[in-house]
Amino acid sequence: MYERLENMIKFDNVTKNYSGGIVALDNINIHIQKGEFVFIVGQSGAGKSTFVKMLLKEEPPTKGEIFIEDTKLSDLHSRRVPQLRRKMGVVFQDFRLLSKKTVYENVAYSMEIIGAKPKEVRKRVPLILSMVGLSNRAKLYPDQLSGGEQQRVSIARAMINNPTLLVADEPTGNLDPETSWEIMRLLKQFNRNGTTIVMATHDQNIVDAMEMRVIELVNGKVVRDQAKGVY
Amino acid sequence: MKYYSINETLKSLFRNRMMSLASISSVVASLLVLGIIMSVILNINSFSEGIKHQFDSIDVYIQEDLTKNEILTLGESIQNINGVHSIIFETKDQALENLKIDFEEYSYLLEGLEYNPFPNTYIINLDDVIYADSIVNQLKNLQGIEEVKYYKDLVNRIIDLTSYVRNIGLVLTLFLAGIATFIINNTIKLTINARRREISIMKYVGATSWYIRWPFILEGTILGLIGALISTGIIYLIYSYSFQLFTSQFYVVFAAYMLNVKTIAKEILALNLIIGTGIGALGSLVSIRKYLNV
Ligand SMILES: Nc1ncnc2c1ncn2[C@@H]1O[C@H](COP(=O)(O)OP(=O)(O)OP(=O)(O)O)[C@@H](O)[C@H]1O
Ligand SMILES: [Mg+2]
Repeated sequence: MYERLENMIKFDNVTKNYSGGIVALDNINIHIQKGEFVFIVGQSGAGKSTFVKMLLKEEPPTKGEIFIEDTKLSDLHSRRVPQLRRKMGVVFQDFRLLSKKTVYENVAYSMEIIGAKPKEVRKRVPLILSMVGLSNRAKLYPDQLSGGEQQRVSIARAMINNPTLLVADEPTGNLDPETSWEIMRLLKQFNRNGTTIVMATHDQNIVDAMEMRVIELVNGKVVRDQAKGVY
Repeated sequence: MKYYSINETLKSLFRNRMMSLASISSVVASLLVLGIIMSVILNINSFSEGIKHQFDSIDVYIQEDLTKNEILTLGESIQNINGVHSIIFETKDQALENLKIDFEEYSYLLEGLEYNPFPNTYIINLDDVIYADSIVNQLKNLQGIEEVKYYKDLVNRIIDLTSYVRNIGLVLTLFLAGIATFIINNTIKLTINARRREISIMKYVGATSWYIRWPFILEGTILGLIGALISTGIIYLIYSYSFQLFTSQFYVVFAAYMLNVKTIAKEILALNLIIGTGIGALGSLVSIRKYLNV
């Protein structure tokens, strides 16, 4: 049996310039297949977050084309961007939880915006909270949680709608090593269940231990693209 | 839509209560001016409608020495003038009789008259008051007319006054509505600023612009709605007071045509609700526009 290869992400000669002559991404060509786990590594300012921004269509690239599954992002009307973002889960270094909502409500919100039935919400949210080990924190507010717990909430929120793609920008950046590993175990588990994961990081230990595909950026250029790579 | 229930909206308005209060006050102020002007205009309209039938006729006094035939010819000429709806011929005897009926208790005074002082009269009914001037002018060219009586000044003054009040009112209201929109706009901006981070998070998890936008519009609309209700209430109080004052103490002819409180309140309420919520929704729509491009 052959594993069927399906394109998840394709970068076609993508360049991103910022004003003042900054080249954040320089002619990037990348294919990422469904089900992969990919690290984007590089020093501060190498272009990792810019790469993530391009994926989310937060800003358009200066040159080149980006495809997610069959969608050409430049053809995607700004009104359709919410649909794109519902296909992917996003996790950030600073968690970005809604501070006036409980853990439960934060996760439920992602389901509510896509018009999920209340019954469905009541069923799925406890399920995913138990997957990330936060069942007994459901009623707490984000500022009552540790950093690691907050990040697990944000992962639960990202995964609640079963996205095919999870994009994470330094998800362990604010966490101590022990907590970082909890997060990585979670991501690995979701990846084993079929979710494609793209994670920007400069955490050398994690990248080395995970033995996944590594794409290294230097000054916005891909200098290395290695299966089962190290930092 | 659970997150942004009315409850949430009210909570948010309460958190920014100083600005909410300012918004409501500015809506109330502009709607008050509008309401007062509207009640004046509505009353002037009702008054002029009411007295119109008394003044929209022109009395043409016919010279004493005209023969029956000449009177008939004159009548035909008058009938042919543009804007004349119909004419009635009133003989001098009828005029005297009418007067006796109108002033029954003083009719003994008229008994002693040695001759009838009234002329034969054609009473012209107009299609519309606006024809009055041209008809009066054309009557001057006809032979056999003693005098033309028309209460033109009074009618004209009422028409002038109505449009004058209406124009000033419109300008004032527009001006105040502009200020109210501006203040609401700023209130909503405060709320949005406080929720900027929230809005950007909502966009990241895939909320559509309208999903994010409508609670803010709801906030603005509620501010406008509260303002509309308060100003209608105040107008109601002011108007009932003036109504009593006018009908009990002032010029009775006008008071007889004064619209009652219910009629005014209904008109003003409808107008205030539309304009108030309109100002509110518009103010928030304008303020949220630029924050949505995350
Ligand atoms: N909005 C922007 N305007 C101007 N320059 C920008 C903007 N965003 C990023 N840059 C520049 O683009 C380059 C790449 O930035 P990026 O945030 O992608 O780096 P990074 O790899 O994520 O770094 P870090 O590890 O510190 O997060 C940097 O030189 C940065 O200053
Ligand atoms: Mg970064």
